[in-house]
Amino acid sequence: MSEAPIQRRPRKSFDWSTAFIAVVVFGAAIVVYWRDGEARFLEILSHDVTLFIDILPKVLAACLIASFVAVLMPRDVVVRWVGAESGFLGIVIASLAGVICPGGPITIFPIASAFIAVGADVGATIAFVTSWTLLGYGRALVWELPFFGPDFVIWRSLVAIPLPILAGLLARWLVRALGKRWDAGR
Amino acid sequence: MMVLFVDVLLWTIAAMLAVVAASRGRVLFRDSAREGLVDFVKLIPRILLGVVGAGYIAALLPQEVVGRWLGADSGATGLAIAMLGGALTPGGPVIGFSIGAAAIKGGAGAPQVIAYTTAWALFAFQRLFIWELGIMPARLVWLRVAVSWPLPLLAALGAMLLGRP
Repeated sequence: MSEAPIQRRPRKSFDWSTAFIAVVVFGAAIVVYWRDGEARFLEILSHDVTLFIDILPKVLAACLIASFVAVLMPRDVVVRWVGAESGFLGIVIASLAGVICPGGPITIFPIASAFIAVGADVGATIAFVTSWTLLGYGRALVWELPFFGPDFVIWRSLVAIPLPILAGLLARWLVRALGKRWDAGR
Repeated sequence: MMVLFVDVLLWTIAAMLAVVAASRGRVLFRDSAREGLVDFVKLIPRILLGVVGAGYIAALLPQEVVGRWLGADSGATGLAIAMLGGALTPGGPVIGFSIGAAAIKGGAGAPQVIAYTTAWALFAFQRLFIWELGIMPARLVWLRVAVSWPLPLLAALGAMLLGRP
């Protein structure tokens, strides 16, 4: 293999964005404790800790998938299907991939980063993330359906079908418009 | 049941990829598995903060007020509020949908609720900061945000054109 080694972004476990959320979360927790009392505070805590334990295996699976994808995905295939020259079809393929990709943000963002690292186009990657966000079957089935019912979910999904493609095209256009300024940030 | 299905599917994919990686060589398998594990361990504090924090933020949201602001006759203002509200609603799988569903029950317009849940899905600030900025290259995240802001409006427009389900 003569390919350059894949550059993956080193992942920090704590940084300013996490710190910001930490401040918001601790503030909210203190207000809940002070306003609604200890019982309500503990009820939310136990519910969310259960949820936390529940998603840990998913996170582990997603991290493993992402790291395997990064080493196994043949770079020329990614470049051909969803690379810079893949055109409109590349964005459509990326959008379809977003629909079928399972899991939550913890799954999708590492995989999207891996795609970028192996040479996927920014427009296609954004179409992929947007499609997962708006059309991903996992979230629609598990979370949206119980709250809204099938009619609403189907209706909302129909409306959302063109949106990932549009986001991908807009992203490509914006990158082209930014030109050198975008390249300089790499 | 569906939640279990997602777990099984994820682990099946992971196992299949692991087998392929192992067949390409032990070093490749060991290195990539270790990299995945290290990523996982580094994500744990974020996940704890994201999941546990969402409950407290949601508890502070005034749900009936949300329903009133997104009323069927709230028009363009309602759509704008819906988009802003969606972006300010914390991430996590349940909160945006539960508020949206509560808003519909409280008399909110369907296009407004579509704009709200779409904006929430695209921009929920907590998911953006915790997951996306933590994992993806920052400029890719901001590019996505820059091109995504018209999408909730287009979704609402599409919903109006298609009519109620």
